[in-house]
Amino acid sequence: MLKYLLRRAALTVPTFFALMFLTFIAIRLVPGDPVEVRVGERGISAERLAYFRHELGLDQPVWKQFLDYVWQLLHGDFGTSLVTNEKVLTEFLTLFPATIELATFAMLFATLIGIPAGALAAVKRGSAYDQVLMGLSVTGFSMPIFWWGLLLIMFVAERWGLTPVSGRIDLIKYYFEPVTGFMLIDAWLSGQKGAVLDAARHLVLPAIVLGTVPLAVIARMTRSSMLEVLGEDYVRTARAKGLPPWRVVGLHALRNAMIPVVTVIGLSVGGLMAGAVLTETIFSWPGVGKWLIEGIARRDYPSLQGGVMLVSSVVIFVNLIVDVLYGVINPRIRHGR
Amino acid sequence: MPKRIAVAVSAALTMFALADASAKTLVYCSEGSPENFTPALNTTGTSFDAARGIYNKLTEFERGSTRVVPGLAESWTVSQDAKTITFKLRKGVKFHSGVNGFKPTRDFNADDVLWSFNRQWKPDHPYAKVSGGKYDYFADMDMPKLLESLEKKDDYTVVMTLKEPNAPMLANLAMDFAAIHSAEYAAFLEKSNRKEQFDQFPVGTGPFQFVAYQKDAVIRYKANKEFYGEKALVDDLVYAITPDPTARYSKLKAGECHFIIAPRPADLPEMQKDPALKVISQPGLNIAYWAFNVQKPPFDKKEVRQALNMAIDKAAIIRDVYLGAGRAAVNLIPPTLWSYNNGIKDYPYDVEKAKALLKSAGVSAPLEIDLWYMPVQRPYNPNAKRIAEMMQADLSKVGINAKLVTYEWGEYRKRAQQGEPMTVQLGWTGDNGDPDNFFFLRGCAGARPGGQNLAKWCNKEYDDLLTKARSMADMKERTKLYERMQVIEKEEAPDFKLAHSIVYEAMRKEVEGFKQSPFGAHNFNGVDIK
Repeated sequence: MLKYLLRRAALTVPTFFALMFLTFIAIRLVPGDPVEVRVGERGISAERLAYFRHELGLDQPVWKQFLDYVWQLLHGDFGTSLVTNEKVLTEFLTLFPATIELATFAMLFATLIGIPAGALAAVKRGSAYDQVLMGLSVTGFSMPIFWWGLLLIMFVAERWGLTPVSGRIDLIKYYFEPVTGFMLIDAWLSGQKGAVLDAARHLVLPAIVLGTVPLAVIARMTRSSMLEVLGEDYVRTARAKGLPPWRVVGLHALRNAMIPVVTVIGLSVGGLMAGAVLTETIFSWPGVGKWLIEGIARRDYPSLQGGVMLVSSVVIFVNLIVDVLYGVINPRIRHGR
Repeated sequence: MPKRIAVAVSAALTMFALADASAKTLVYCSEGSPENFTPALNTTGTSFDAARGIYNKLTEFERGSTRVVPGLAESWTVSQDAKTITFKLRKGVKFHSGVNGFKPTRDFNADDVLWSFNRQWKPDHPYAKVSGGKYDYFADMDMPKLLESLEKKDDYTVVMTLKEPNAPMLANLAMDFAAIHSAEYAAFLEKSNRKEQFDQFPVGTGPFQFVAYQKDAVIRYKANKEFYGEKALVDDLVYAITPDPTARYSKLKAGECHFIIAPRPADLPEMQKDPALKVISQPGLNIAYWAFNVQKPPFDKKEVRQALNMAIDKAAIIRDVYLGAGRAAVNLIPPTLWSYNNGIKDYPYDVEKAKALLKSAGVSAPLEIDLWYMPVQRPYNPNAKRIAEMMQADLSKVGINAKLVTYEWGEYRKRAQQGEPMTVQLGWTGDNGDPDNFFFLRGCAGARPGGQNLAKWCNKEYDDLLTKARSMADMKERTKLYERMQVIEKEEAPDFKLAHSIVYEAMRKEVEGFKQSPFGAHNFNGVDIK
């Protein structure tokens, strides 16, 4: 197992280098540089442009800039934002908890509903329930996030007043300094009455919006995987033994059907990060998605490069965990043997 | 961590205020996060708005107008040769206390004025390089070229000497970049080796004191009870950062914010019908134009330029592209600016006359030209490409084939300023409410390659009047000169003046006392919730 883990971890090294190179090159292929993009109609004089390009090291050959960047990264330095002059790592760590909080609840929403719903559809294969669920999952999967978010805001928040429109907490009623960056925890730590419930209410809509696509995928995956497993000999044996249906489905079938589902969950993390960009914009959620988009708009090279590297590390790490989980879920898979 | 403690102390104070049931909090749904809280370092309205209530300037724009009124300078005198301005500073002005652990021990004085300007002016200033040290506005307003010296005569007198007379200087000093900071606070941070916090934890003299900021989420301020001018009528001011305009509108309807920035034009009709909301508007301090490069034939002929002015259906563009959020432009300056010449009539939309003029100028159809349009949306132009397409269609009716051209925004500006296009769309947003800030766009200095005058048009009479007006202090006399310049410009037609955008502000009915700023600034002192 350890050998497998090490081999798996070693494989991430070239991935990181490729990522580093791609983000570095990609942002430089976008026309306009960080100095010029700030300037309005007036333009900027050639001397001032040259001065600031020099200050930012942008007058160096690209290969030299890249080597400097790699050297910096190897020393754990992600650089300083060209826009705010804050350390990229500090900005990331300030914003990332909001994204994790949102993504975690979106994933909980997707798995807690998706797995039982998919399993039930497999058990009741061909029924009206099955058909409706599969129809809904196609709709969910193809739902444009922006439109879905605005629709929910319009009805749930605006018309029915069930949840707040956006943000993370009622800014008039509650005020506390962030300690962990996770609003639910900070609200609890603040000890202010009703703060935790208010933070939770703010989480509902964005979590549903971000969780919709993974929910659809997980439900479909669980269904097809379950269908396969339900036809296996050991399930028939279990039934023949006279085990109650909930034990056959819940323990024997579902556990074995989970392997592809867990893979999909792992892969969805990358998709969640992409979805977070839109969800965070609609719901004024101060996470890393919106920050990265702004990094592109302002050609904030260090923020963008650092941000992409850090987010990718998280995605790679989650997928590594998923690989390990296979073994835990299904003893037939023993890595390294 | 002292930073945390400082914030916690001010947080505790705010919580105290929040606990008070009668405390009033105004929530403003803003668009984005500021780069920092020092206006001199920034160029965006979002950043300026975030610092707006915190600072004062020597001179100020009267709330809701472009009129220059006393600020931290109680009065000023201008010497005979118009080159020396002596400012008498206001006494007893307190800097905010309690921000980032700083407690001022003295009132505002001349040292603060010198500190604030020297940071942007002198490269050896201890704070010159802090936070990137890009002082774009100071450079753009030509301050280094204009300033000869800035001296402290006594604690409450500052003398500014200019290299040449410059009437708009007093308006320049009311701009955001000229905000006055506390030299004592700067020294306090320098002593504890925290210089980089200066622009993140702002200390000023303004109506609102900074409390806390969480990136992309919220900025909190509280009323400065000791403010010398028009006071804040609410206890707390909250900027809820809400980037999406549809979400802002929803929040406004749900009562989660009292005031929103930049409502979408498409939402305006519904907003105006909603009894719980209030919408106000006025033409922005800007102009969208289409310049003809007079150095490229046949645009060297006045008749051709006039013909093009008659060939375009301006009303259709305003209706279909601006969707009502624009007003047809007649002069280079918007009608809200002093010296606007009301006597000038715009060219009519007249295809036949345009054809006749082209013929008389010896232009034979089809005439091949290029028409450049910006690749980006600007405050004065919601969709340059769509406008270019409409112009192209109109031009074909008078026998002109226009080829549409665009480049990346930085490249576009550079090439246009070099004089590469035959015809080019661009525009301008006023900085200081002085007509000079618009008319210089057609001055001879800007007609050189790389200059701002995209028509590359240089008219001696116009340029002489421009220079003369700049050196005069008397507003009435200057108005006469500017009115004449508008007549010359209309006749010579170096450009086609398209539109001034209309800026809308939306708020809840209970918000009272907000005055719309021609600069698009958001000032919340004097604003109340009933």
